[in-house]
Amino acid sequence: MRVVAAMSGGVDSAVAASRMVEAGHEVVGVHLALSRSAATLRESARGCCTIEDAGDARRVADRLGIPFYVWDMADRFAQDVMADFAAEYAAGRTPNPCLRCNERIKFSALLDKALALGFDAVATGHYAQIVEGPHGRELHRAVDSAKDQSYVLGVLDADQLAHAFFPLGDTTKPQIREEAAARGFSVARKPDSHDICFIPDGDTRAYLTRVLGEAPGDLVTPEGEVIGTHSGAYGFTVGQRRGLGLERSSLDGEPRYVVGVEAARNRVVIGTADLLGVDDIIGDHARWCGPAPVGAVALGAQVRAHGAEVPCTAYALSDGTVRVQLAERIRGVAPGQSVVLYDGTRVVGSATIASTATSKARCSSTRRTCRRTRTTAAPGRTWARFTRCVASSRRPSTPTSAPRSWAAMSASPVRRSTPATARPRCSTCRRCGARRVGPECAESIEHISSGRPASSA
Amino acid sequence: MPVYLDHAATTPMVPAAIEAYAEALARVGNPSSLHTSGRKARALVEESRERIAAALDARPSEVIFTSGGTEADNLAIKGSLWAAVASNPLRRRVIASGIEHHAVLDPIVHLVDTGQADVTWLEPDRCGHVQVEDLTRALADTGDAALVTVMWANNEVGTVQPIQGLAEVARSHGVPLHTDAVQAVGHLRLSFADSGADLMTVSAHKFGGPIGVGALLARRGAALVPLSHGGGQERQVRSGTLDAPAVHAFAVALDEAVRVRDVEAKRLGTLRDRLIDGAMALGLGITVSGCWSPGDVEDRLPGNAHLLVPDAEGDSLLYLLDAAGVEVSTGSACQAGVPRPSHVLLAMGYTDREARGALRISLGHSSTDADVDAFLAALPGVVERARRASRRP
Repeated sequence: MRVVAAMSGGVDSAVAASRMVEAGHEVVGVHLALSRSAATLRESARGCCTIEDAGDARRVADRLGIPFYVWDMADRFAQDVMADFAAEYAAGRTPNPCLRCNERIKFSALLDKALALGFDAVATGHYAQIVEGPHGRELHRAVDSAKDQSYVLGVLDADQLAHAFFPLGDTTKPQIREEAAARGFSVARKPDSHDICFIPDGDTRAYLTRVLGEAPGDLVTPEGEVIGTHSGAYGFTVGQRRGLGLERSSLDGEPRYVVGVEAARNRVVIGTADLLGVDDIIGDHARWCGPAPVGAVALGAQVRAHGAEVPCTAYALSDGTVRVQLAERIRGVAPGQSVVLYDGTRVVGSATIASTATSKARCSSTRRTCRRTRTTAAPGRTWARFTRCVASSRRPSTPTSAPRSWAAMSASPVRRSTPATARPRCSTCRRCGARRVGPECAESIEHISSGRPASSA
Repeated sequence: MPVYLDHAATTPMVPAAIEAYAEALARVGNPSSLHTSGRKARALVEESRERIAAALDARPSEVIFTSGGTEADNLAIKGSLWAAVASNPLRRRVIASGIEHHAVLDPIVHLVDTGQADVTWLEPDRCGHVQVEDLTRALADTGDAALVTVMWANNEVGTVQPIQGLAEVARSHGVPLHTDAVQAVGHLRLSFADSGADLMTVSAHKFGGPIGVGALLARRGAALVPLSHGGGQERQVRSGTLDAPAVHAFAVALDEAVRVRDVEAKRLGTLRDRLIDGAMALGLGITVSGCWSPGDVEDRLPGNAHLLVPDAEGDSLLYLLDAAGVEVSTGSACQAGVPRPSHVLLAMGYTDREARGALRISLGHSSTDADVDAFLAALPGVVERARRASRRP
C-alpha cells in the first residue's frame, strides 16, 4: 500500500514510519506545518511545528530512505482546532483539541489530501490498535495502558479507520524507545510532548486571555452569592481547585472547586467537592467507530485522556445525542470534554459532553462505608461530612450544571443565617424531603440501613 | 535519474569548475600567509578576482568575496544603511522593490523592525517590472533615502528590471543603488560598469560554480560598514580566510558561462517557449505568470517558465511531479519547508488563490528536449490529481 506516515518529529511517529517501511509499504513521510510562526525553537521543543521538530522528522525520513514533505495545514488547524478551542472555552466548555485535531486534521484534511494524491492510508504514532472484526475494522486500546491513546482517536468513524494505521499499539513505550535507539534515530530519547501543542508553555488561561481578552466577572456560590471575582470565566473548568483566588479562611476551611461555568452570565460557580460528583451525561456530536449501538448497552466510559474507565449504560439516540449513565459518580466532568465509550478494549465511539447531572435521591451515611452501596469514603471523611455516595434513584434525574446540595443548603457558612454555635443538628432536605444526615442524626442512619428509599421517608 | 528542472535553485557544477575546484582543494595555503604556499594561494585568489571582474565588466578591486548571495545582500543593505546613517542620521530610508528575494527583504524588515531604518516599497506592474517613474517619485517624495535596491532579474517569475534607468535616477538624487544579480549573472548580458549600479550581488552556484561562494561588487566610493570584524580581508569589509579553491572554481564557472551565454540563452529560450506553449496547450487552464513573449531572452530570463495552475496547490503539484521523477519548485525557497503563497505574485497583483497554484520550472545548462518532454508528459495526470486533492470535502 502507499502510505503517508505523519511525522511529528517525535520518537513515536518515527518508529511508526519505520515499521510501515519494514512491512513493505511504499511510505512517504509528511510533517504537518500547523503553525504560521515556524520559527519557534525551544529547549526540548515540542510544538505544532518548530523548525527542530520538522528537522528531526526529516532526518528520520533520510535514515529510512523515504521521501519527506512538509504540508502546510496551518489555515485548517487555526480554523478547525485553535479557533474551536477558544470558542468552546468562551462558551463555558472544556474542549480536548487533540481529538478535534485527529477528527478534522490528521484523519480528515491530511487523509483526504493523501487519498486524492493516490495514497491508500495514513499511519501515525498513536498508541492504539486496529483489529479486523466481524463488522470491519475495530479500534482497540493499546497494549501499553500507560500510553494508550485510543481516547483521542474515539472520534474516528469507520471510513477513517479503514484508512488508518497505528503500528505502535502492540508495543510499550520503553520498547519503542529501544527500537528507535536500535535504528539509530536521533529522536530516541526526545522527551514526550505533554502540553497542548499550540500552548507550549502549558498556561492555558494565559493563552485564552490573549485570544479572548479579559472579561471580568463574579465567582458565586451555587445560591448565587458573590464570593469573589475573576478575569474571564473561560479560564475555569469544572473540577478546578487551584487559582480560584479565594481565601480559604473566609469560608469554612473546606476546599472549594469550580462546580459550574455559566458563560452566558460570565459567572463561575464555586462549591464544595460534593457538588462535583456526576453520574449522568448527555453527549452530542456522537461519532461511532463502527455500527452505532442500539438500545441500552452496558459499556465503559472514559471522560479524560488518561482517566479511569467507569462502567455505564449508554443509549444512542436518533438525534445524534448519547445518554451515558455511570454506575458510580465521577468528579470534575466538564461540558465540552469528550466521553469515549468502550466495550472491553474496543472503542465504540465518542460524544462531546453537553450536560451532566447527578441522580437525585441517594443515601447518605455518617459511616465510612455506605451501607447500601458499600462505597468507602476517603480517609478521614465520612459520607455526611463531604459527599454522598451513589445509590439508585427512583426518580428520573434532570441535567443541571450546578446541583444544589445538602452541604450548600445547610452547612455552607456563606449562607448561614444563624451563628455557628446555633447550627441545627438535623434538617430536612428541601429536594427529596429526607432528613439531613449528620453525625448526630441516628434516625437517618436507621433510615438508610432499612433500605427504604430516602424520598419516601 | 530524476529530470532536474530547478536550475534557479541551484544548477549542476560545470565539469571545468569541478576540476579546478578539486585541484585547488588539494593545495595548502592561506591567502593571508606570507610564505610561498600562502602567496600561491593569494595569487590564485587574485587571478580569480581579475577573471571575475573581467567577466562582469568591473574592476578587480570592486570584487568583495563572500559566502554567497545572502551574505552579499546583507552586506550591501545593512553595510550601506549603517554607513549612510553614520554620516547623516536623517538619511535612513531604503527604497526597495516588493519582489526582492528574502535575502534582501528580510535584512530590510529587520532594520525597520529594530528602528534603524524606514522603507518605501516599489510595487511592480502586472508583468513584474518596477517602473523607473515610481522610483523617481519615491525619491522625490521622501528625500531621506540612503539606498535603493532592486534585483536585476526576479528569481521566481524571471522578469528583468530596468537597472540602468533605475540607477540613473538614483544617481541623480545622490543615492547609491544595489542590485541583487544572483539570477542574472551568467545568463544575461551584463556590465557592472555600464549598469550604473553601485553594489551588485553575485552567487557562484547559480551558473555552475560551487555553493558557498559569491561576491558583492562594490564601487570604490561605496561606503560599507562591515557585518563581521576580524582579519580585515577584502578591503576591511569582509573579514575571514579567503576560500581560494571556491573562488577559483567560481571564476572558472563564470568564464564558462559567459563564453557560451549567447548561444545558451537562445537554446534555453527555445526550450522554455516549447515548455510554456506545451503546458498551455494541454487545455487545463494553465497560464504563464507575468508577461511572456516567445523568443524573448532579455526581458525574461531565458530559462524561466513560471506557470499558474488554477484550482491546485503548488505543494501537491510539486509532490506529484517529484513522485513522477520531475523536480521543480513552487517558487521561492520556503521557510522550514512550508510553502506560502509567493509575495512576488501577490505584489504583481495575483490573488492568494491564484498564487497557490504556482510552479517554477527553471532550465539550465544540462536541460534537454527530453526533459521538457518528460515534464509535459507528466503534467496532465499530476494536475488532475492535484486538483482532486485541493477540493475540500
